[in-house]
Amino acid sequence: MALSKLYFEDFEVGHVAEYGDKLVTAEEIKEFAREFDPQPMHLDEEAAKRTLVGGLCASGWHTCCMMMKIVADGYLLNSSSMGAPGVEEIRWLKPVRPGERLRVRATVLEKREPASRLDFGFVRTRFEVLDTSGDCAMSSITNLMFARRQPRAAQG
Amino acid sequence: MRYFEDIVVGTRIELGSHTFEAEEIKAFARKYDPQSFHVDEAAAARSHFGRLVASGWHTAAVGMRLTVDGTRRENANARTEVVRTGPSPGVRDLKWPKPVFVGDTISYATEIVELRASKRPGWGLMVTRTSGTNQHGELVYSVQGAVFVERRPAQA
Repeated sequence: MALSKLYFEDFEVGHVAEYGDKLVTAEEIKEFAREFDPQPMHLDEEAAKRTLVGGLCASGWHTCCMMMKIVADGYLLNSSSMGAPGVEEIRWLKPVRPGERLRVRATVLEKREPASRLDFGFVRTRFEVLDTSGDCAMSSITNLMFARRQPRAAQG
Repeated sequence: MRYFEDIVVGTRIELGSHTFEAEEIKAFARKYDPQSFHVDEAAAARSHFGRLVASGWHTAAVGMRLTVDGTRRENANARTEVVRTGPSPGVRDLKWPKPVFVGDTISYATEIVELRASKRPGWGLMVTRTSGTNQHGELVYSVQGAVFVERRPAQA
């Protein structure tokens, strides 16, 4: 059964949901790093041991990308998502190592509608990337844009 | 750049540019951000973007790559010990003010905005503002980052 498509009206402040079960592999960590973040702690197990993080771990931007994919597959692809104008903050709290299974907890913090536009709104959302032991490896706050199912009535 | 003590606030470094081609935009998006306006020209034409756009995470990841390459170049030019940068605790105020369309050439630069003491012995925290500008001079990417940088070792 397909779930009905999510529009701006369908998001509720305070709603919490979890998505995904993404296995992180050493090969994926190194593949991303070779293309976008070729630093020793992301490229090579032996070299990574001599860095501050003490062993191979995913680039923080790779963790952002894994989060994005989990969230896209989790609900954005079945929504009226219009992208996002930015991200308020991203905190990399714990290294993401090979073998971890990641999931994303999404919390709707706030909804806001621009005064000048009647057809979409912003859903301010906290995403927490949780690892196998349930620790938060990364947290971020993003203003996602979603089209409305019905344009809102103009004021006055 | 050698040690934390050698870094000067206000220094601006041109990181180089990258042209986003359709195939790499779609390949990145299929892996990490498969929203229709990043993977499918026809769907993108019907979206509010009007044509295919790069994932914001792609714009950010390319910025990371050029930052790593730029740091490496600078270290090579300095003909001295390579500065050791550690992990980043996070970024703030990440903005994608304009879309990156197929064929856009984005020029990246980074500016050192602040140096902070850190609780990690032997390391300081360097705060930077990295930006990306398209061929029309419009800002398409901006982020405030922070990274640990090794301090000059104390002489015995």
